[in-house]
Amino acid sequence: MRYSIFTLLRQALAGHRGWRPAWRDAVLKPTYDVLIIGGGGHGLATAYYLAKVHGITNVAVLEKNWIGSGNAGRNTTIIRSNYLLPGNVPFYELSMQLWESLEQELNYNAMVSQRGIVNLFHSDAQRDAAARRGNAMRMHGIDAELLDTAAVRRMLPFLDFDNARFPIYGGLWQGRGGTARHDAVVWGYARAASELGVDIVQNCEVTGFVREGGQIVGVQTTRGRVQAGKIGMAVAGNTSRLAQMANLRLPIESHVLQAFVSEAIKPVVPCVITFGAGHFYVSQSDKGGLVFGGDIDGYNSYAQRGNLPTVEDVCESGMALMPSIGRVRVLRSWGGVMDMSMDGSPIIDRTEHERLYLNAGWCYGGFKATPASGWCFSHLIAQGTPHEVARAYRLDRFATGHLIDEKGMGAQPNLH
Amino acid sequence: MRIQCPYCGERDLVEFTYLGDARCRRPDPQAPDAPTQFFAAVYLRDNPAGAHDELWYHTSGCRSWLSVTRDTGTHEISAVRLVRDVGA
Repeated sequence: MRYSIFTLLRQALAGHRGWRPAWRDAVLKPTYDVLIIGGGGHGLATAYYLAKVHGITNVAVLEKNWIGSGNAGRNTTIIRSNYLLPGNVPFYELSMQLWESLEQELNYNAMVSQRGIVNLFHSDAQRDAAARRGNAMRMHGIDAELLDTAAVRRMLPFLDFDNARFPIYGGLWQGRGGTARHDAVVWGYARAASELGVDIVQNCEVTGFVREGGQIVGVQTTRGRVQAGKIGMAVAGNTSRLAQMANLRLPIESHVLQAFVSEAIKPVVPCVITFGAGHFYVSQSDKGGLVFGGDIDGYNSYAQRGNLPTVEDVCESGMALMPSIGRVRVLRSWGGVMDMSMDGSPIIDRTEHERLYLNAGWCYGGFKATPASGWCFSHLIAQGTPHEVARAYRLDRFATGHLIDEKGMGAQPNLH
Repeated sequence: MRIQCPYCGERDLVEFTYLGDARCRRPDPQAPDAPTQFFAAVYLRDNPAGAHDELWYHTSGCRSWLSVTRDTGTHEISAVRLVRDVGA
């Protein structure tokens, strides 16, 4: 069923009794050309582009829970492409371009809102770094603008500009950045993939890999055994657990990241704002809640919940940036499990097993990458060669020294 | 989360700094396969879901290195020892 104003009118006149489920809750078949493990945004986008771009429709997406129940449903919904390094810039810009046409492509309202993102800076050194990043973006044809204090003040008069410790010197602005509705992204990809013949199988956990003659040829699940020509893993957060079943040891640690939403208030935050002196980012949802977050808790965790010191740290950063939120009550907080790679950048690559492909290590920047991750992972699985813009995301880069260290801090699993 | 420091007693998480997997060892630089061993030690992790031996430093307390066994699924701590007693 195609969604449009006419469909809506027809349904309204018929008392809304004719709506059908957006995707088929499929039953697992014994064999597929391609299996995607993980029914989050990345897995579903991969399945969709496999069917749409590469014509491979005998595909199943296996999800241990319900689709979008992992990090796709737990993020702060920011989309942007303000990266610095050559390995990252073209990839995230492809993602940004796919976001811009996503709703037409999927015929689904993902509430993509290009309200802009500003990264504030608070010192001369940070201004230099922001100018360098902005120049790198513009050389790749991406919009970037260096704002001075007056320009930021006009846009965001409620910030604490004269903070004694962290005065605001300006910000790097990307007007095409913004937010999207995270659940709708999952549902939109699921619906579009399902319509092209992809089987979406929920409550189906992979419990092991099936081997024949030493080669991986399928997976064992809680709903039985499935054979597959190729298998793609897109289970960020739990990558190490799944990879262990294939005897892979990866440069990844799982850490918990918390996010927060406040009670609904009148519109005040017009864009996405990131604090440059602490770690704090905030936007306002269409319902009025302030959606914000900060650093990971900093210790290995699969618990999907964090601890209070990080809550306090995030709220302190928020108060330093925006004292007016002091009286706003926090409505909810939650935690998601992040695939923290050792250089802060993702992995889209083959593995030592011929049929097994890996999509992992998104740290806490996976949501914005959803479309390009699916685009490039499906290309790798279908063509056998890495997509042009994802060439740098190799698994062996840690051994060869070709790290993509956006933050410039070396090998540690707590970057971004 | 609170950690039972052998010197200071049960203290809040804010007093501690985390380093990570306690089982990482600096390989022997003279070993014939030293580059491979160093790669594994620097980058590769078991990253278990469950019991995890890890290093914590009591920054705002006695400044001892602690070897903590903690469940990464529940954050429950089952053992805390001084690194100097168990070796790192």
